[in-house]
Amino acid sequence: MSSPYGTGAYVHIPFCERRCDYCDFATWTDRSHLMAAYVDACVSHAQALRREHPGAIDHVFFGGGTPSLLPPDDLGRIVDALQPTPDAEITVEVNPDSFSDRHARVYAASGVNRISMGVQSMDDEVLVALGRTHNRDNVAQAVRAARGAGIEHVNVDLIYGSPVESFRSWIASVSAALSDDIDHLSCYALTVEPGTPLGASVAAGTARAPDDDDQAAKYEAIDELCESAGLSWYEISNWARPGGECRHNQNTWAGGNYLAVGAAAHGFMDGARFWNVRTPERYIEAVSTTGDPVAVRVPQSLQDRYVETLMLGLRTRTGVDLAGWPDAVIQTAADLVDIGLLVAGGRSAPPNFDQSGRPSQTRDADSCHGADGQRFSLTRRGRLLASHVMSELASHLPDGR
Amino acid sequence: MQFDISQSRCFSIIAHVDHGKSTLADRMLEVCNAVDPRDMRSQYLDTMDIERERGITIKAQNARLTYKNHTLQLIDTPGHVDFSYEVSRSLAACEGVVLLVDASQGIEAQTLANCYLALDNDLAIVVALNKIDLPAAEPERVASEVEKVLGVPAEECLYVSGKTGEGVTELLDAVIDRIPAPTGDPDQPLQALIFDSVFDTYRGVISSLRVMNGVLDAAQPIRFLNTGTVHPVDEIGVRLPVNTPVKQLTPGEVGYLIAGIKNLDEARVGETVSTAAHPGTALEGYREPKPMVFCGLYPVDGDEFDELRESLDKLALNDASFTYAPETSHALGFGFRCGFLGLLHMEIARERLEREYNLSLVATAPNVQYKAFTTDGNMTEVHNPSELPEASRLDHIEEPYSVISIISPSEYIGTIMDLAQTRRGELQRMDYLSPERVEIVYDIPMAEIVMDFFDVLKSRSKGYASLDYEIGDYRTSKLVRVDVLLNGQPVDAFSTIVHTDKAYDYGRKMAAKLRELIPRQMFDVPIQAAVGSRIIARETVKAKRKDVLAKCYGGDVSRKRKLLEKQKEGKKRMKHIGRVEVPQEAFVSALRLDD
Repeated sequence: MSSPYGTGAYVHIPFCERRCDYCDFATWTDRSHLMAAYVDACVSHAQALRREHPGAIDHVFFGGGTPSLLPPDDLGRIVDALQPTPDAEITVEVNPDSFSDRHARVYAASGVNRISMGVQSMDDEVLVALGRTHNRDNVAQAVRAARGAGIEHVNVDLIYGSPVESFRSWIASVSAALSDDIDHLSCYALTVEPGTPLGASVAAGTARAPDDDDQAAKYEAIDELCESAGLSWYEISNWARPGGECRHNQNTWAGGNYLAVGAAAHGFMDGARFWNVRTPERYIEAVSTTGDPVAVRVPQSLQDRYVETLMLGLRTRTGVDLAGWPDAVIQTAADLVDIGLLVAGGRSAPPNFDQSGRPSQTRDADSCHGADGQRFSLTRRGRLLASHVMSELASHLPDGR
Repeated sequence: MQFDISQSRCFSIIAHVDHGKSTLADRMLEVCNAVDPRDMRSQYLDTMDIERERGITIKAQNARLTYKNHTLQLIDTPGHVDFSYEVSRSLAACEGVVLLVDASQGIEAQTLANCYLALDNDLAIVVALNKIDLPAAEPERVASEVEKVLGVPAEECLYVSGKTGEGVTELLDAVIDRIPAPTGDPDQPLQALIFDSVFDTYRGVISSLRVMNGVLDAAQPIRFLNTGTVHPVDEIGVRLPVNTPVKQLTPGEVGYLIAGIKNLDEARVGETVSTAAHPGTALEGYREPKPMVFCGLYPVDGDEFDELRESLDKLALNDASFTYAPETSHALGFGFRCGFLGLLHMEIARERLEREYNLSLVATAPNVQYKAFTTDGNMTEVHNPSELPEASRLDHIEEPYSVISIISPSEYIGTIMDLAQTRRGELQRMDYLSPERVEIVYDIPMAEIVMDFFDVLKSRSKGYASLDYEIGDYRTSKLVRVDVLLNGQPVDAFSTIVHTDKAYDYGRKMAAKLRELIPRQMFDVPIQAAVGSRIIARETVKAKRKDVLAKCYGGDVSRKRKLLEKQKEGKKRMKHIGRVEVPQEAFVSALRLDD
């Protein structure tokens, strides 16, 4: 499906120095000996994909894992293989621990113009409780390194709601992050996933689960602090200065195409979701033998498309356009407007080209500008209850395909 | 061996749970070579899994043994107070009983009740003190206790061990010496007493019976004197203990009857069998079973309603004292209001439904049958709290009382009296059976013992106290119905009838429990307990503030979509109480009994 954000490529780097207690991503801490072969596989897979899809690549996202663990030149080889357009957004997720001035310089030279830093908290005690290795000072240093090398966009990822984190500590974390020279902030509610050390501790009763009310209060605090620092929310867990939004992710939420490079990477092309084999060994092997590392490919049904449009679109400030949807869904949306969870209207896509350049004065009223007839987006209270809103709307979709 | 009435003995073994009845019966079968050693298994006569597990007998079995030229006919009795009518019919088929008492423990309440029943029927009593192999056995103390409560001289008590077999032949000798032979006239019209009936899928009803007078002939059609129905006989026989067909059963003989009967109601315990051609008069003591305890049974999964109905049909085939009728609950959906003889009967029925028929069930709190009198003088029998007439029309309510007898080591008297007092019991008397053991008798409302009385009694007395109860009369009590409201809407499954003094307690407990179980909604949900329009307890489930996934990027889409679809499916299965959505599991958990 085409989106206003073009076509992207996601590259997965499944290596970490150690695993964080809450993490359920595909990543390994004992396979650094595979890195060289892995990069070669990514390069040759990327080249093959480009032969198959010769159109423009408008954004590339290196996620992980910890992409900054790769030798920086190797990362550049993968960028080259993907041949993105000259003004493409190229993001690399980095760990403040493994991000040096040298990384920053080589990245910038490779065309990387956006750094996303997994910081999680600025409170050293909370960092220990989350199983993280860096500290507050690393972060400021890493931000300075990126800026110094001329990298235009810097994001910081925070996680909130650990039971050892006080409300005050959280406010301090957000404020500290905002005081660094960044143009984007992602804040994620700590989620207990089964199969993680945290999940096991909660199940065993040795760790407390995060508290919903605490997380709700912290979310409201983020929104206040970001807005007053000039970063507006544009997706449930993301705030940015105007022009600082991540186009790669906006493309995902808009249902746009993106290629998938690397083990366990997911992609979406022309109405089908697919993902590559999970382990780096199998990925390397598949690329070198059959040349096709895709493990599963699922064509999107009409029903899937409706549900995904709701689920992804409603996360964004753009909202969803329900024109042409079943009357029951539109009626339900109107009911949700009445109870203050949805607002009619939404910021017209694509928001990147917003001309005002100024943060809004009022949050929800702002969503209404550029309203078109059947567009709905979440209010702040609605954002906190997004799953409820989505399932209410989805429950009025006709069953079947 | 030809049956000779003068060389025959009919007897039952009366024993408390765990006092070793089944093990003793096993030894008797061995001494008499009744079962091939290769087929012998422990507790041979207990046929149901539940019986073997719980060590209680639900359906009586019987066996004919040959010992020293005598025919010993062992008539087993059901092992629980809920089945006292069945016990009384079994005893009516005997001339004597073996009272089996654990020599390390002493006589228990229910054993005593059954013994009194035997004495009332003028049966001979042979006392056997069991488990004398145990180091903790105190046969002398227990013998003097028996002498005190039953008047059987201590020196007449036999010492046995079902485990080692010690004293078993002496016991059988005593059965022959002390229990009289049956009497009966073969020339009279046939009178045979049914003391047990079971349903067999292939053969229909199989009844156990004892011929009192006349001759039961396989070739002659029979008539049931109470129901009046006539049937040709398929098969009669004796249990050796393997079923062995015979042509005739004569006075004093115990055997079984199969007559192509499809419904247990026609061959109930206490029924008299006669010949169709020359019917005699019915034997005394026949009674229609009357359920005393009721509860609603619902499938946890509403789709299993049909399976539940079929299973109840099958269960009733084998249990004539069990009743059921369809009912609907707003909270629980379609189910049945079921009636049972007592608490254990209810528990066993539930367990069999879940285990043998593989159903997952929710049971509402058990209740007794109330009599509600309205101001216009009419009386309504109330099986379900929702049937109670509204307060403005209600004059008064009567509830059934029972007489309970508790036997316990004397050190627990205080805690037991405290328990009975809080359950509205009125002390009738207290007798010391020995310096260490006491019998306490209370009048107490049935409603107070149907819930958890027995369990609490057991835990307060560290398992030593035993309980027996007898159904008493109806009395007027200050009773009210407590309703539980969710966001102002009553939830029928939680309505209950309680004594005024306990209404507040129940209401508060239920509201607090539900507050933990009802998931948070988009709005505050008040939970109230009310008597009529008066609110007696209140809790609030605060509105949900957060229900959102932290992230949803490229790799999450498929998984999150499935999660959303699952949530959407879950929504469909929610019960709606007004605007409040409640998962069925919340009701199920709230109904689970706890402290």
